[in-house]
Amino acid sequence: MSLYRVFDIAGSGLSAQALRLNTTASNIANAESVSSSLDTTYRGRHPVFAAQYDQALGQQNGAGVQVLGIVESDAPLTTEYNPSHPLADENGFIYKPNVNIMEEMANMISASRSYDANVQIADAAKQMLTRTLSLGQR
Amino acid sequence: MAISFKNAFGLHEQGMLLREQRTVLLADNIVNADTPGYKAKDLDFKVALANAQERQSTPINRTHEKHFEISTSSRSEVKFRLADQTDTGDGNSVDIHRERNAFTENSMEYQSSMQFLNSKIGGLRKALGGQS
Repeated sequence: MSLYRVFDIAGSGLSAQALRLNTTASNIANAESVSSSLDTTYRGRHPVFAAQYDQALGQQNGAGVQVLGIVESDAPLTTEYNPSHPLADENGFIYKPNVNIMEEMANMISASRSYDANVQIADAAKQMLTRTLSLGQR
Repeated sequence: MAISFKNAFGLHEQGMLLREQRTVLLADNIVNADTPGYKAKDLDFKVALANAQERQSTPINRTHEKHFEISTSSRSEVKFRLADQTDTGDGNSVDIHRERNAFTENSMEYQSSMQFLNSKIGGLRKALGGQS
């Protein structure tokens, strides 16, 4: 029965949104992780979503969402002149991550709302299936 | 009057299968609400039900296991939704509110089909049991 597929679809959405929440948490946690060189500075991470299709049935039959990978943001890093900082390089500069806290907060809210929506989909499918399984019972 | 299960259930059987198919499509839309380039899809219920009716009246049965499976459905039932907002920045045409409304509506309609079937089954049960 195809209603069971809704669980797979909602499940793929749950894991994708959970991964998005994970990267957002990592970004916010590392927002102040300063470093003494450009190469070792933390950069914001974001997952890339793509629609998944049922290989046997073609493009019309979706099978949820998949995460293609995680990309690092290429926004410029913040350079700060702070010679008294223990991590300052020989010229007195420290490097801060390119994480925008406002963007990350908005991203977090969006991810948790989408997560909620997916849970509700699975819940609705469960109710429909329960009703179907008890069809004709007294 | 003879008791016919097929007549008793009528089109509700087909209707429920279509509702199920639509549930999967709408779930897919909601799950892909954040996927760049994803286009929302929906079932053209009128066309789909007409196709189902046609299938019911002229069923093609396979009488041998080596026969090809032929589906009379033209597969034109699933269509892309016209987007309210033409440019969302990432090519995604899912309006999450609209999809969630459609999903709730669809599951309510599924449950009402179920209610009809339940009463039909209740009626048949009564007819079979007779008055004792």
